[in-house]
Amino acid sequence: MAIGVRTQDLRKVYSASPPLAAGGGLIGRAEAKDGKQPKAQIPALDGLSLEILPGEIFGLLGPNGAGKSTTVGVLTTRVRPTSGQAWIGEHDVWKEQTQVKHLIGVVPQRPNLDFSLTAREILIFHAAYFGIGSRQRNERADKLLEKFKLAERANQLVRGFSGGMMQRLSIARAMMHDPQVLFLDEPSAGLDPQTRILLWEIIREYHQAGRTVLLTTHNMEEADGLCKRLAIIDHGHVIALGTSVELKASVPGGYLLRLRFGNQTAELLQRLQSLAGVREVRATDSTGADLYADRGGSLIPEIASLAANTGAELSDVHISEPSLENLFLHHTGRSLRD
Amino acid sequence: MNWKTFAAMLARDAHVARRNAIQLFLQTFLQPLLFVFIFGRVMVGSGFLPASYKSLLLPGIIAISMVFTGIWAVAMPLIAEFQWTREIEDRLLAPIAVPWIAIEKVFAGMLQALVAGLVVIPLAWLVLRPGVEISIGSPLTFAVILVLIAIFSAGGGLALGCSINQQHIGLMFGMVITPMIFFGCTYYPWSALKTFPVLQKAVLINPLVYASEGMRATLVPQFPHLPVTAVLIALVFFDVLLLVVGLRQFEKKAVS
Repeated sequence: MAIGVRTQDLRKVYSASPPLAAGGGLIGRAEAKDGKQPKAQIPALDGLSLEILPGEIFGLLGPNGAGKSTTVGVLTTRVRPTSGQAWIGEHDVWKEQTQVKHLIGVVPQRPNLDFSLTAREILIFHAAYFGIGSRQRNERADKLLEKFKLAERANQLVRGFSGGMMQRLSIARAMMHDPQVLFLDEPSAGLDPQTRILLWEIIREYHQAGRTVLLTTHNMEEADGLCKRLAIIDHGHVIALGTSVELKASVPGGYLLRLRFGNQTAELLQRLQSLAGVREVRATDSTGADLYADRGGSLIPEIASLAANTGAELSDVHISEPSLENLFLHHTGRSLRD
Repeated sequence: MNWKTFAAMLARDAHVARRNAIQLFLQTFLQPLLFVFIFGRVMVGSGFLPASYKSLLLPGIIAISMVFTGIWAVAMPLIAEFQWTREIEDRLLAPIAVPWIAIEKVFAGMLQALVAGLVVIPLAWLVLRPGVEISIGSPLTFAVILVLIAIFSAGGGLALGCSINQQHIGLMFGMVITPMIFFGCTYYPWSALKTFPVLQKAVLINPLVYASEGMRATLVPQFPHLPVTAVLIALVFFDVLLLVVGLRQFEKKAVS
């Protein structure tokens, strides 16, 4: 039976150590603790609560530094939360680590393959760590190498592998012990389009076998096409949650027109608000405005003439169709790519 | 505790060691053998050192070989795997409590140190002979001291490997390893320092002193050496200390 994932009010504050030189020596860490310099406190998670249902593909979407990897870290026993709780199925991640590790497979953001081993040995030893018998692990390794198109290089050390090959092998490794919950941290970053499609196929197939998948991404297309539900996170907490369709529908109007004027006045903003189909107008700075509306290009002539009438010349327009990017912008005032 | 996982991790280390066997062999034995050749054969043969120096040198060489094999075997992979390749993450996610992963590393390092010690004895004896007078009075004491040295070397590797940044490896050799060798009573007995009383007391914080003196006490008791009881107590003390510090540092590195 598929199992779910839950977090409650997770907080994580990283203490950044001062530079080693300031800590005063070779074995800096321990000494730095008692040093006079206060450590910088970097909050990464700020009360993050999530519930991922058994057997769904769930996406964590957010810009760099939003807390996606820290969330995955907490759920996979690698980052100890400052407060809050996390569960994989019925198991508290920080009380039953060993049981939790049995249930999860993790694909890290950065490849961490065992460089002293060949591709095949990496899979075999990984399965051995999970107590899988010799015959079974050989069979599984062959199957996965075939599936990930790595069979030809199976007996080579991974040192010389390309980034894409390492990424595929990382995913194969995470699947070796057939985990109930698969975590993928930015799985398609740095992959060529062809490999990305292969990866998506494999993730869907894995999900169809009744497994739960949690992936982080800042790729809209991936979030949109692959995930059943999404949480958009920023500054360590969830700012929106739902299916892709629900989330897009929650943006007023759906369309976003980013406008720039030569000279922007309060009167102009007010009059823009009264145009037919416009749901919301927000000034972004002294010359820019974001306009949420239920139509896109057809609004431009009206905006242009309105601007001309108030003496604020329209100098730049960018129209976005309903998208998760718009949603993110609407909630945070920032682009996902910032 | 999950024995299957522990055994699989040991098997992985053994597999990698087998793959790098030649490199490992040269790294472990070349330097001590050159040392034995120059000091035991060239210097003694040309009359600059007395013939008895051969027997005095051997225990020190065994101690050095063991200690540095253990430190190297544990510390270097840990430094690289935690900071550079992050290979260790695969094992951190294996279904076993985190400290056991460190203990596995120590155990593997210990085995390597023991092999180094046991192989260097006949090798050095071959280079030095004739004229080496070894007599193992109590094989049990000898074995216990060998094991304690192996634990101290691997535990030291764990503590160093989890405390040092990659960019400070060179510094580690200059500031930790080199003074440890020269003040480790490896090439001379501890009693030879009696003309430097302050130094003679100071070197007692160096665990290598007890390794060398322990080997001397059990292999060539005809030379002056520290009492076996003192050696045993000191080695147990350093074993526990380094393991405790090493495990703490390992957990700090493993979980952020």
